[in-house]
Formats: sequence, C-alpha cells, structure tokens
Amino acid sequence: MRLISTLLIGISSGSIYSLMALALVLVWRSTRVVNFAQAGQAIASTYLGYLIISRTDNYWLALPVALVAGAIIGALVDIFLIRTLNKRVKSGPVASISPVIITLGLLGMIRSVVGMIWGGDARAYKAPISTHGFTFGTTTIPFSPYNLLTVFTCIVVMVAFSIIFQRTNLGLSLRAAAFQPEIARLAGVRVDLVRTIGWAFAGGAGAVAGVLVTPANSLSPNSLDLLLVLGFVAAVIGGLESMIGAAIGGLVLGIGLALILEYVSTSLAFPSAFIILILVLLIKPSGIFGKKGGRDA
Amino acid sequence: MSLIIDNLTVRHGAITAIDGLSFSVKEQELAAVIGANGAGKTTLLRTLSGLKTPVSGSASWQGESILNCKPEDLVRRGILHVSDGKTVIPELSVKENLALGGLWRKDKKDVAVATDEVIDLFPRLGERLSQSADTLSGGERQMLAIGRALISRPKLLFLDEPSLGLAPLIIEQIFSTLDSLRHKLGLTVVLVEQNAMSALGIADIGIIINLGKLVTTGKSKDLTSDPALQAAYLGY
Repeated sequence: MRLISTLLIGISSGSIYSLMALALVLVWRSTRVVNFAQAGQAIASTYLGYLIISRTDNYWLALPVALVAGAIIGALVDIFLIRTLNKRVKSGPVASISPVIITLGLLGMIRSVVGMIWGGDARAYKAPISTHGFTFGTTTIPFSPYNLLTVFTCIVVMVAFSIIFQRTNLGLSLRAAAFQPEIARLAGVRVDLVRTIGWAFAGGAGAVAGVLVTPANSLSPNSLDLLLVLGFVAAVIGGLESMIGAAIGGLVLGIGLALILEYVSTSLAFPSAFIILILVLLIKPSGIFGKKGGRDA
Repeated sequence: MSLIIDNLTVRHGAITAIDGLSFSVKEQELAAVIGANGAGKTTLLRTLSGLKTPVSGSASWQGESILNCKPEDLVRRGILHVSDGKTVIPELSVKENLALGGLWRKDKKDVAVATDEVIDLFPRLGERLSQSADTLSGGERQMLAIGRALISRPKLLFLDEPSLGLAPLIIEQIFSTLDSLRHKLGLTVVLVEQNAMSALGIADIGIIINLGKLVTTGKSKDLTSDPALQAAYLGY
C-alpha cells in the first residue's frame, strides 16, 4: 500500500514535470533556445489565474484563461525577442549563447514585474477539489482527488498535443520546421509563423503546469523556479528532442523522487533530481528517447 | 515572358560568389548552368529562390521581381527549388514529405490528383509511403524531392545537382524523367550541374559560369560542339 501510494504521488508530480519538460522541448527543438524564461512566462500566467480565482472563485475559468495567456506570452516572446535577435545576431559564439542570456534576463524581468504588481509575499489559492488523500477502510493515502485531476489534466494536454503534432497539417508544418527549416521553407512552410505557434504551445503547457502545481505550494514571483529546474532535468532525461521523451522523463523523475523522499530522506529532493539525471545519462548518454544523429517526433 | 537575370552580384562576406551575372531563360526552356566547384552555381539558385540576399542586380520571372522575397512566398508563385544534398526531411515519412508540397495549397482536390500523378511517375515512392524518408536510397530521395516539388504544381523549377552522389544508371533515369516531365508539364527549368554532358544532353540552352562570372551562353548543341569550351569547362 505504501509503495503503491508513493508511486501514485510520483506519477502526479511527474506529470507536472512532464508538462514543463514538454514546454522546454517544444521551444528547444523548434528554435534551439534553452528557454529559462519559461518559468517567468508560467508565473505570469499563473498569477493571472490567481487573479481570476481570487475574483470569481472559479478554478475552471482560471485554468483555460491562464493557458491562453501563457500561449500569448510565449508567442510575444518569440516575435519580439527571439526573432529580432536571430535576425541581428546570425553567427559566431554570441549567436548560440545570446538567446540563453536573453531568456535568463527575461525571467528576472518578469519576476520583478510580477513582484511589483502583486508584491513579493506568498499567495495561495485552493484546489477546486479535495486535496485530502483517498481513504480505503481505515487507511488514508497521500494521493488525493486533486492529484488525480492533475494527472488527468496533464494526460489531456499531452494527448491533445500528440494529436495536433502527428495528425494535423499544422503538426506536420511544426515538425518539418523543427527538423529541417530550410527544406520546410522551400516546400512552402511559413517557418517563422510556425515557430511562433510552437512557442505559443509551449507557453500554454507551461501555464497549465504552473496553475496545477500551485495549490500544493504557494504562489510567489519565484515559486516556479524549482519546477523549471525539474522540467529541464526531465527534458534531458527524455533526450531533449522528443515529446514522448518529455512525458517519460517527467514520470521517471517524479517516481524516482517520490521513492527517495518516502524511503530515504525528505531532505534529498533537489540533489536526488540530479543523481537521477546523471544515472540516466551514464546508462544512456543521449537521454532515453534521444538519438545521436536524428530526431524523433 | 521569362526568367531574366541582370547584373546580379552576391557576396559571402568578403568573397564575391556571383559577379555581375546576366542571362535569361525563355518560358518552357530548360537551361543547364555548368561550372566547376565554387563557380557560384549553388549560390545562384539560393539567391533566385529567396534563401540568399544579393548585393545588387535584378532577377524577374514573368515580369515580376523575385529578389528579396521569402522562399515560401516564391513557392506560392510557382517557383520551386530542389536543393542539393539534403533534399528531403529524413525524420518524416515519405508520405509526409510529399504532403509538405501541398500543405499551402487551397485546392486540396488537385493536391490529391498531383500526389497520385507523382506516385504513378515514381512507383517506388508509392511502395514506401509509410516508411521514414531516412530509409530511402539517394536516387529515391531525389525522386521524393522532385515529387514534392511537383505536388506544388511548379511553373519554374530550380534543380541543384540532382545527380550528386548517384550511380550513372540512376542519373540517366532521373535525367530522362526530367526531360519528359518538363515537356509534358511545360516547365521552365534551371538545372545546375557538374555533370555537364548529361545536363547539356537534355537542355535547350547552356550557361557556363566560372568564378561567379558568365563565360558564355548559347544553345546546348552549339556549346557541346565547341572544342575550346569542351576542353575548358565540359570535361571531355
């Protein structure tokens, strides 16, 4: 019972890491940008969700609004920052590192702006359904209806994304633009537009992750930083290029962490994430779903 | 109306790759651009298809400029470029690679018709539709790239070294297919080749360039029978 309950908790937190990893992978494989600002984009969207919950007390309105806001923010970051930067800085060592610095800077800026509007104090909102664990007879496990909702929501988002990517014309354009932008362009794909759509999808996924994770913690300008780190770890475990990889990477990390916290020590969360990462990379240097030369959809 | 290139100059940093190049190709003609490695052939096509911005000069197709346009906009004007080397997207299936050629087109019925025509033309692609393009041979990849372009219903086709890395028998096949296709579809073709013999064999006109400059241009028959050119550029 204890083991099953731990696994369930691992799946629940892992599914949120998967969403964050997905957001990072989508941006990385379409624009080769390591997007540190993803935590900032998500925190801005989550604060917007918080605003709606505190006014209307309606979580079910806040979630889609945050998703759309996250998508818009993502698109704006690409259009105004990344596109402009790529147009001006085309080659050399600066070209590969500048987007990273820019997204780091943007993360700091978004945090400050959010702090200016809502203050630095921790805020909180309640989950829409119970966060008390399910009870079986006399035992209550930590896994709650809200955890179940979290897993379900992540699955819905993931399935929606994989249908879009694998079964629609937009998805084909997104994949073509990510794999071989020049050939895609010569075949008529509007690569710039398609990349912005990729950023929007990523922003939406990150926002959902932020709104889902917050009831368990609290909300402050840097409350999603740990999620960003764990999202990166999950993305790298999954091979950085593949959506399935992001999903599996998140689950591996979530379950691994839950097991360590339950059976080893509760103070080991942060270092354990990196131990899991290093173990995976030692066994499979390109990540679970990473390929040496090519990329997987 | 036709493809008219006038005094075109293109640079890679400090190097002048195309140096005041002028020539024209009439509609429904096949022009073979011949020259050694580094003559500027690939740069020429990359400029004409919108991948590269020229320093000066002009280029127009059917009376409208094609310079400083995005490749994806030129595609919508019927100008298709099949680049050299990496011509298909190996991560996608054969079917998906073909589908890319019709994604932007509104007339989905004709996309389906065009796709069937391409599969009739290259039955080997039809047998491998669900396979990853990564599994194709060099010749099959070239067929896939040309097929994808055909689904876009091109009027003007730029082909960069379709013979690159292919066995002689396959090269012969690709060239004879190209020859019959362009007559059937009324295509205007600019074919860049190092394989001068095969290219001039199916071309109406030849354009010989060296170090980014025009050496000479003329009917391909006349070029192939000129002993001085043969010795210097055609590799006999």
